[in-house]
Amino acid sequence: MSEIDRLEEITAVLKTVDDPELPSVSVYDLGMVHKVNVEEDTITIQMVPTFAGCPALDFIEIKVKRAIEELEWVKECHVKFTMEHQWSTEAITNKGKEELKKHGIAPPPENYRPGDEWSVNCPYCDSTYTSMENVFGPTACRSILYCHSCRNPFEAMKPVVKPQISMKK
Amino acid sequence: MSQHIETAEQAKQDSTYLEALKELLFQLGDDDLIISFRGSEWLGLAPHIEEDVAYSSITQNTMGHAAMYYNLLDELGVGKADVLAHDRIPKQRRNGTYLEKRNGEGTYLEEPYYDWALAVVRNYLYEVFKKIKLEAIANSSYQPLAFVARKVLMEHPYHLAHWKLWMEQLQSATDESKKRINERVQEAWKEFEDVLELGPLANDMRSKQLIAIGEEEMKERWLEEVKSVLVDVPDSPLEKKYGNGRNGEHTTDLNQALDILSEVYASDKAAIW
Repeated sequence: MSEIDRLEEITAVLKTVDDPELPSVSVYDLGMVHKVNVEEDTITIQMVPTFAGCPALDFIEIKVKRAIEELEWVKECHVKFTMEHQWSTEAITNKGKEELKKHGIAPPPENYRPGDEWSVNCPYCDSTYTSMENVFGPTACRSILYCHSCRNPFEAMKPVVKPQISMKK
Repeated sequence: MSQHIETAEQAKQDSTYLEALKELLFQLGDDDLIISFRGSEWLGLAPHIEEDVAYSSITQNTMGHAAMYYNLLDELGVGKADVLAHDRIPKQRRNGTYLEKRNGEGTYLEEPYYDWALAVVRNYLYEVFKKIKLEAIANSSYQPLAFVARKVLMEHPYHLAHWKLWMEQLQSATDESKKRINERVQEAWKEFEDVLELGPLANDMRSKQLIAIGEEEMKERWLEEVKSVLVDVPDSPLEKKYGNGRNGEHTTDLNQALDILSEVYASDKAAIW
């Protein structure tokens, strides 16, 4: 099997490993996989956490490791969360956004800049007639909202982007 | 020119660098740990259910930030995060003393007469300080720390905005809320100063470019920011009534917090949870 084939197989598996808090949304589609390194039968995967304080990280690490090691040709898989690259909500794939909606979770706004107003469409009926009930939700990365059009409560991923800080040399 | 230290191994080559770095990491980790412990004691007791969700979410995330700093210490060979969080005596702790203060009268399990004004004032003053300190280490010469600071800065705006909103609302609500907030602000002025300090190795932290600003600038920036929100700014200078937590000086309130925080850990230190 060529290296490209192996990499493809690994990626296919990563697309099946769901976030423990969001069944059916894979860690791949959430943009948490930063880099995959294949060296013969040893795999190293660098991942980036959504929220640094997320208590599910250890659990995700184990889930990914086990899933990859299921592959017959893989001897060992190392999974490491890195802070070197910062996850932002822009890393979520289009498929990830669709899957989030099925869960009643509105995907984060696109091209969001810190301080911008943030409008959220209802993930069920796409209405803009929504209100924020609580910026903080059941996990660090989600907020709680309400749709006044279809009268459903729903959640939204918080926009998380780089703040503009003065970078002094 | 700025130096760049990319790994723990490199940091260990220079003992002055290593000691200053460890001190800074303990300050960051211990501050976040103790304020999130005090936050965890509010679980189920916040003024309304949405606040309970918000405050516990902030607290859980802040505890996660503390764990990241302890993990950086682990990489430097200091010890495992769990051990650093649970198994150090107060003299070894570097958090600011104001942050360890009890939430009010009573205890979590019996008659918790906690004071919401203290929670709001303390968290607001702390989150402003945290932002300034993080910005000052976002370009730290120790790259693993700079990466963590940049990550935390992406999450922190939600925390700060939350407490700022409470401050603004309670300072413009009833006479009682204005009075209670103001009393806690006056009190904080006598106790908060060591939070803004960098401890005995402050000069090394600066000269090794671990942090971009010193204590005086930290205090100035902090004052400037909080003055834009406080309705009554105390006239008196800042003080550290309970000593300097950056030097390992603490109150009995820290012992009380650590006894509860570490109760389960201490019952079987070798257990894997």
